[in-house]
Amino acid sequence: MKEVINLPVKNVEEEEYHINMGPQHPSTHGVLRLVVSLQGEIVKSLKPHCGYIHRGIEKMCEKDTYPQIIHLTDRMDYLSAHINNHAVCLLVENALEVDVPERVKYIRTIVDELNRIASHQLWWCSFGMDMGGLTCYFYGLRDREKILDIFEESFGSRLLHSYYTPGGLMMDIHPNFQKNVKDFLKYFRRKIKDYDNILTGNIIMQERTKGVGILSKEDAISYGVTGPSGRASGFACDVRKHHPYGVYDKADFKEILGTEGDTFTRYMMRMHEMRESMKIIEQLIDNIPAGDYTAKMKAVLKLPAGEYYQRVEAARGELGVYCVSDGNKTPYRMKFRSPNFSNLSALDHMSRGVKIADLVAIGGSLDYVIPDIDR
Amino acid sequence: MNSFFKYFADIFHAVKSLLTGMKVTGRYFFSPGEIVTQQYPENRKTLKMYDRFKGEVIMPHNEHNEHRCTGCGICETACPNGSIEILQAKVDMPDGKKKRIIDKHIYHLGMCTFCGLCIKACPSDALAWGQEFEHAVFDRSKLTKTLNQPGSSILKDIVE
Repeated sequence: MKEVINLPVKNVEEEEYHINMGPQHPSTHGVLRLVVSLQGEIVKSLKPHCGYIHRGIEKMCEKDTYPQIIHLTDRMDYLSAHINNHAVCLLVENALEVDVPERVKYIRTIVDELNRIASHQLWWCSFGMDMGGLTCYFYGLRDREKILDIFEESFGSRLLHSYYTPGGLMMDIHPNFQKNVKDFLKYFRRKIKDYDNILTGNIIMQERTKGVGILSKEDAISYGVTGPSGRASGFACDVRKHHPYGVYDKADFKEILGTEGDTFTRYMMRMHEMRESMKIIEQLIDNIPAGDYTAKMKAVLKLPAGEYYQRVEAARGELGVYCVSDGNKTPYRMKFRSPNFSNLSALDHMSRGVKIADLVAIGGSLDYVIPDIDR
Repeated sequence: MNSFFKYFADIFHAVKSLLTGMKVTGRYFFSPGEIVTQQYPENRKTLKMYDRFKGEVIMPHNEHNEHRCTGCGICETACPNGSIEILQAKVDMPDGKKKRIIDKHIYHLGMCTFCGLCIKACPSDALAWGQEFEHAVFDRSKLTKTLNQPGSSILKDIVE
């Protein structure tokens, strides 16, 4: 006689199972692995696994001199390369108490804002594509190409520029720079209306994003979510406004704050920010003062022994650079507080209880760049 | 009754929002003048990069096969990732002294990050950016280049 084995019957409805979203997944925008535990279609919890593109940039900084560190910071958040460079340059300049020429400050501010627009354009394309609108991708990249052309003409490269040096700039701006930027602003003022018509007003996109992935102001502060994602929750965290660097104190712009903290508000924050960035550039582009493009610097830069911290507003949030110097020409320790890493930490909290398809929308609205998370 | 109207109003707004988007794509469909695609491999002959384009590091030579490099090695120390190696040679000068000159300026293109610190650091402006950007090769050893041409010498008016 055959023996009957009584297996314990599990309630399939209550059972959780885990799936790996990534490391190779188009909507994680890089090699990020999210271990999602699901109950049916509902996300119960989520664990990000980082480190797939860890290159040890902080450790590599310890063997490089200060001007050499600049080119490594390009490769963290490659979409806001200029802004990353700016952080290290400001740190070195403040530590050495160098007076940077006004011209440099103006150019840096304009280029930073151009970089921010380019970054938000790429975010808009990829967010549209995450939502299933492939058209957005082509329109966004088409307009981003205009900024990249300006960068290529003036600085020689399109993505990783290494344009700022401690004390100034690598070279002066191209004679066509101001004219090209003004042409671009005129062009983009017209084209940003298309963005609204295609995606912002689209009913499918609105239904999928409104009320999804809500992050309250208290949670945004405690998780350290900064940038447009943090401001969508009402957390006033714009470094440009509260701790101005460059010539942001001379430009008139608004810090836009949201109230809802959902995916749609985070989307709208970036759309508004592109317009604010254009406003800043318009005010500054005609007023670039004449002068040197670099301050007189020593051949070998040695920071006095001590600790230094500098923060800037990168396209995704607050980028902090912490440096410990022991008086040598290389730093003793370099630490980057990358905005994406803190923003990612809130993803688990935001996505509990949503459907797995909404996780893609929430991830897209956080706009993470994986090389910046892993460094 | 109110929810009844809202139901139809929602449908109306939904269709309208989709049509607004379609209008934009339709406009581009019927105006091919706005196409921005560059026909890259086909336009190779007419393709002109910007003057400041960072393609690769080169050492310009004049028509007498002379360059400006003294072999001082400042670019070698300025490079963050060791893509430049300077090999020096000693020659006998007519006055009996020995002088160091450059033998080979070796440039590892595969390790270069195009930061431009070598070009900025060079005291005699011997290095410059080249416009070439098609660097794909079948063998990795071809990425190691010698920048000073064979038989070249230093320009006379360069002082160390």
